[in-house]
Formats: sequence, structure tokens, C-alpha cells
Amino acid sequence: MQAKAKYEQTVASQTGADVLMQTLIDEGVDLVFGYPGGAVLPIYDALYKTDLRHILPRHEQGAIHAAEGYARISGKPGVVIGTSGPGATNLITGIADAMMDSLPLVVFTGQVARGVIGTDAFQEADVTGITTPITKHNYQIQELKDIPRVVKEAFHIATTGRPGPVVVDIPKDISGEIGEVDYPETIHLPGYQPNYMPNLLQVRKLAEAMREAKRPVILAGAGIIHSGAHKALLELVERQGIPVVHTLLGLGGFPAEHELFLGMAGMHGTYAANMALYEADLLINIGARFDDRLTGDLQHFAKKAVVAHIDIDPAEIGKNVQTHIPIVADAKFTIEALLDEVTTPPEINEWVFRLKQDRIEKPLWYRKQPKVMAPQYLIEKLHQETNGEAIVVTDVGQHQMWAAQYYPFSKPKKWVTSGGLGTMGFGFPAAIGAQLAAPDDTVIAVVGDGGFQMTLQELSVLQELRLPVKIVIVNNQSLGMVRQWQTSFYGGRHSQSLIPVQPDFVKLAETYDIRGYRVETEEELQEVLSATLHDREPVLIDCRVNAEEMVTPMVAPGTGIHEMIGVKP
Amino acid sequence: MKRIVTALVNNQSGVLNRVTGLMSKRRFNIESISVGRTETDDISRMTFVVDVEDEAQCEQLIKQLHKQIDVLKVWDITDQAIVARELVLIKVLSNPQIRTEINGIVDPFRASIIDVSRDSLTVQVTGDSEKVDALIELLRPYGIKELARTGLTAFPRGQQRQVTEMKPYSLIK
Ligand SMILES: Cc1ncc(C[n+]2csc(CCOP(=O)(O)OP(=O)(O)O)c2C)c(N)n1
Repeated sequence: MQAKAKYEQTVASQTGADVLMQTLIDEGVDLVFGYPGGAVLPIYDALYKTDLRHILPRHEQGAIHAAEGYARISGKPGVVIGTSGPGATNLITGIADAMMDSLPLVVFTGQVARGVIGTDAFQEADVTGITTPITKHNYQIQELKDIPRVVKEAFHIATTGRPGPVVVDIPKDISGEIGEVDYPETIHLPGYQPNYMPNLLQVRKLAEAMREAKRPVILAGAGIIHSGAHKALLELVERQGIPVVHTLLGLGGFPAEHELFLGMAGMHGTYAANMALYEADLLINIGARFDDRLTGDLQHFAKKAVVAHIDIDPAEIGKNVQTHIPIVADAKFTIEALLDEVTTPPEINEWVFRLKQDRIEKPLWYRKQPKVMAPQYLIEKLHQETNGEAIVVTDVGQHQMWAAQYYPFSKPKKWVTSGGLGTMGFGFPAAIGAQLAAPDDTVIAVVGDGGFQMTLQELSVLQELRLPVKIVIVNNQSLGMVRQWQTSFYGGRHSQSLIPVQPDFVKLAETYDIRGYRVETEEELQEVLSATLHDREPVLIDCRVNAEEMVTPMVAPGTGIHEMIGVKP
Repeated sequence: MKRIVTALVNNQSGVLNRVTGLMSKRRFNIESISVGRTETDDISRMTFVVDVEDEAQCEQLIKQLHKQIDVLKVWDITDQAIVARELVLIKVLSNPQIRTEINGIVDPFRASIIDVSRDSLTVQVTGDSEKVDALIELLRPYGIKELARTGLTAFPRGQQRQVTEMKPYSLIK
């Protein structure tokens, strides 16, 4: 409120850009990621007069991934500004990423002036056209007076229901134009009415199915985290004794140390988790979308199960897996309603015993090699050194899977990764956003040497803001995940996946005034981690790991989740 | 299987693009689309004839359409009592000798000849798709020079509740 009052005093006659700033402040925005340019000059001029904190990355892709990391950890919408044309197109990857992983973003793009739209004007791109398939919704502002309404709607749409990115394209002449506007109090969107409360008949049906089940399992996705359902989930599991598996994005929704947790399911999930999904007679999916990396070949997925699917997005239900008990609602409200309906726990001792046995007998495993460090060991060490309490942000590749496997989370909102789109270059900037959302937490960016090189220009942001992000490069001098697939499925022909030529990452860090270390042995690792993970300064640790290492176990493409290879013998 | 799906949408620029983009992104087969204003300003009706594999695919299509913020309501009206019409223009090769013959074919369909030239005539017919198809087949032997179809537009019959009062597609009800 204070910021608002102060702002109103400073602005006598309001331009479109001033109106935009006012609406952002009204929406409670205090942090913006962006990059200026011609079409957003009026917006940056208006921003200059506010107290809004603005983070300038060194590439627009850095801005949007940072906004994603910020949204994932804070639960608040990430706000991004980019200029027209190339500014906007540099944001595309992040927009698509946020769409796939249901992250609330509001992205403002400059556009050329209305008079020249459609003439291939300088730095013109059809942003609404380009972003329509990768946004929850998008707008192009047509008139100054529409700004407050559109921006209010944009925040509403991005943050409610199933969250997602919303793009607002603003022609330059409108942001520069002076005029009077009304700020609407309410939102009128008849075509958008997300449903939060579950249908009680359906909830009862599910409770009934739970009573009768002999082999039930809960598949908990990121919907648990979005809706803040982790406590309710824990209570449900404790009262009913039903085992839980997570999706990649759901990690942290249920405490990993819990005796009923079977691990992550899917392509690189645990044997116990995948067998639970395979054998279950009741599969309760809460807030997951049955992604193909989770299900493996659908012909073998949950074929023996009654499938219950709780999702806020009706279109997810029945999309990939036939569902018998659909519940379109918020995860938390549904679990709470379920808690009122369930009574005595089902008699499933035998089932639970068997799964626990699987978990013990067929755990995640790796072999240490003499002289080279195992990447899995590196992650375990990170876990140990941070007491499992750090925020872990990853890039995409083998290191991502190892982080998911070997850094167990006890709490939600500690895990940031690009799941649906699998975007290399995501991790480091997303860690910057995560650190801004949780300034007091230890944030570790676990990145591959390949992906880090896609967005490492953001080292400058650490340099400038002294953000204490701990960059850990899992350096196998290759595009490890690609190399792994080529080893396994392409006769070992490592086409374009080996990259021994790389910068001296330690010196690179130092040119940005960041401490850099290279680590090759377990002893060095221990020493450097103890010396650098606990202070409030950024650091880059280049960890040389065994390049031959493979992510196991694995559901090979085209096979069912019960046919895992690389399971501990 | 063919399904007739009708939607009320905000009459805004870009809506057609959103809807057709969605259909191609998700690989739905559209046979026809017709779009036009309704009795309410700012609201248009879109009617699609889609070729889907099964009911589940049609359900998915409807849910995806429903998810669009500019789509206010969607129904699969295939199995309801509906009025469904399309308008077709058919330019048929003809000469003065066979004009009367063609007239005889066109008449029972309550179609009309709206343009005549030396070597062709243009027939206009409205009706449901079967009727229109039947006429086209009868005219085909004479030689069809050009054909233009508007695509089907449809809504439920009058005895039923008004479309706007009907329950939109929903999983939760
Ligand atoms: C932008 C982008 N390009 C390409 C890929 C395909 N891809 C997936 S994993 C991977 C290798 C990543 O290598 P690195 O960052 O070194 O991590 P590692 O697998 O070695 O841990 C590649 C190229 C991708 N996911 N994203």
C-alpha cells in the first residue's frame, strides 16, 4: 500500500506504462525479471519511477527461467518483461517450459506501434500468434483503457486453476500514450471457471474403492505442491497405510524418509515404485498428468488397477490413461474431503510388506570406480553436507536424474527442475530465481557441463547481486544423457555427444569475481563442500566425474514399467 | 466416427486461430468449421464436424476446447435432436438441351438454380449433409466444374431447452 501511495504521488499524468506499473503494484508484484529494448522503452521509463525490484539477466532466456524458479519456490507468479521481436522470441523456450510444468508466469512483451502492426516493421514478431499454443492464455492490448482489466485477468488466469504462463503483448504507442483509466475491482471471465471443490459422490466412490483395495498405491504429482496438499496427503497416508510414489515434479510433496514412500516412478524411477504402479489394483493419481516418461508403454501401465484421477484440469483426465473415478478439483480440498470419508484402513499388509521388500532388495545402486568420482556419490555428498535441506535446482540430463534419485527431499518447494519440456539451460537461471524467492536458503544449481554452457552468461547476475547460489557442475565432458542413449540404443556411436573441449570453468568463475574450484577426488569434494556450501557467497564447483556412468535403472523406450533394466541384481 | 460439436465463443480476434491451432496441435481431424455471430453481441457460434477415432477422443477434444478461455460453452450435439444445415453451391456443366433435365433433379431437393451461363449453371442447395451429398452425387455425371460448401452449422431443436440454458459438458456433474 505504501509503495502504491508513493507511486501515485510521483506520477502526475499517467501513460499506459504508468498504468501498467500501477496494476503490477496493485497485484502485489515486488520483483520483475526483464530486459529492455525499443518497444518497451516507455515501460522501462515508468519502471524507473517505481520501487519495483528489477533483475536484469544477460539474456531474455535467463529472465524467464529465473522467473520460473522464483515461481516454483515462492508460489507467486513470476513476472517478466521483454522487448518486441527478438526479445519476445528469446522468451519462447521459457514460456513453453512453464506451460508444460504448470508454472504461473505473467509475461509482458513490447510490440511495435499499432499503426505498423502487420507491416513487418522493425523488430515486429507475431507474439500472440507464436505463443498461442504455449500459453494458458494471451492478450494483445488494443487500447490504453484495457490495460488494468487485461493485466488483472492475466494474473488471475496465471495463478488460479492449473497455473500457467499468460502473455500480454503491449504496442509501444499504447504504453507511451497518456490517458485516463478505471481500475476494475472484479474479474468477469465467463469462459474460465476452474473447479476447486470435489464432487462428494465421487469422493465417496474413491473412499469405497480404498476400503476394498488389496493393492492400492498413491501417485503424487506436482499438484500436491501447487495446492499445498502435502500435510493432508501425509495424514491420509498415515491413516490409511497406503504406499506413495512420486513423479519427477512431485518430489518433496511427501517426505522421502517415510516408511511408506517407495521413491520416484517412471523411466528412471525405483523398481519398487514402478512395480507398485504395475501391480496395483487401485491407483490414486493426485495431481499428476500421466506423462509418457512416467507411464512407459501405456499397454502395460496400471492395467490391473481401478484408476482414480484427481486433477484440477479436466482435460488431463482420460487423456492418456482410462480413468474409472475422475475427480476434477483441487488436490488439497479433495484429500480433505477424502479424510472425512475414509474409515478403517484397508487390509493390505501383504502388499505393503512386498513393496518394502522390493525397496530394500532392489534399491537405487551404483558401483564406485577406482580413481574417478561417481556422480551419484557427488549428489549424496551434497545431501549430506546440506542435511537434505537445500533447495536443489537442476538442468536437464543425467545429473538431473541423479539429483532426483540421490537427493531425497523431506519438504515441498525444495526442488526445481524442468520436467515436461526438459529444457537444457534452465537450471542455472532458475536457481537465481529460486535464491531470490528464498534468500536465506542454500540454493544449489546442479548442472551438466553441456547445459550450463547454454545460459552461463547469467554468472554476471551472481557477480552483480552477490547471490549465494552454489553452482555444482557435474562435469562428464559430454552430453551425458545423449551419450547414454547412444551407448544403449545406437551401437555406441557417440555422434556429437562428446565435448572434451570446454572452458576452464574455474577461471571463468573468477572472471566474474566468483570463487571457482575444481574437484576430482572424494577428498577434494569433501574439503570444498565444507568450505563453500555454508557461507553466503556464490561459488562454482567444477566436479569431474566418471564420464562412463549411466543412469539406472531404466525403463527403455517402448517398454512397460515392469521391464526395467539395470535393476540391482 | 463423425461428430458434430458446437461452441459459443467470445467474438474476438484470434479465437478462430486458437481453436484451429488447438485442433492441429492435438491432431484432431476437422471436416468443416463454420463461424458466425449469434443473437448476442460479442458471442459467436462455431460448429465443427470432426472425424474422431472414438468417444474418448471426442471427449478429449471437447475438454481441450473447454479449456480455452475464450470458449464459453461446448457441446457434442451429434446424438441430440438438432437442426443442422449447410449451404452448397455447385457449378454444373450444362447446355440448353439438358437444363430441364437438371431442373428435374434439383427440384425434389428444393434446391434452386441461381445462375445460368452458356455452358454451365449454378445450383444452390441447403440441407443436412446427407441431402447435400445425395444431390452432389446425382449431379456428378453431368460434370461438376466447381463446388463450394459452407460447412455445417447446427443447434438443438426448439422443443428442447435453449442452448444457452443447457448444461455445458462437464466431468464433475
Ligand atoms: C535445449 C535442449 N537441447 C537439447 C536437449 C537434448 N538433451 C537432453 S539431455 C542432453 C545432454 C545434457 O548434457 P549435460 O548438460 O552435459 O548433462 P549430463 O547429461 O551430462 O548430465 C541433451 C543434449 C535438451 N534437453 N534441451
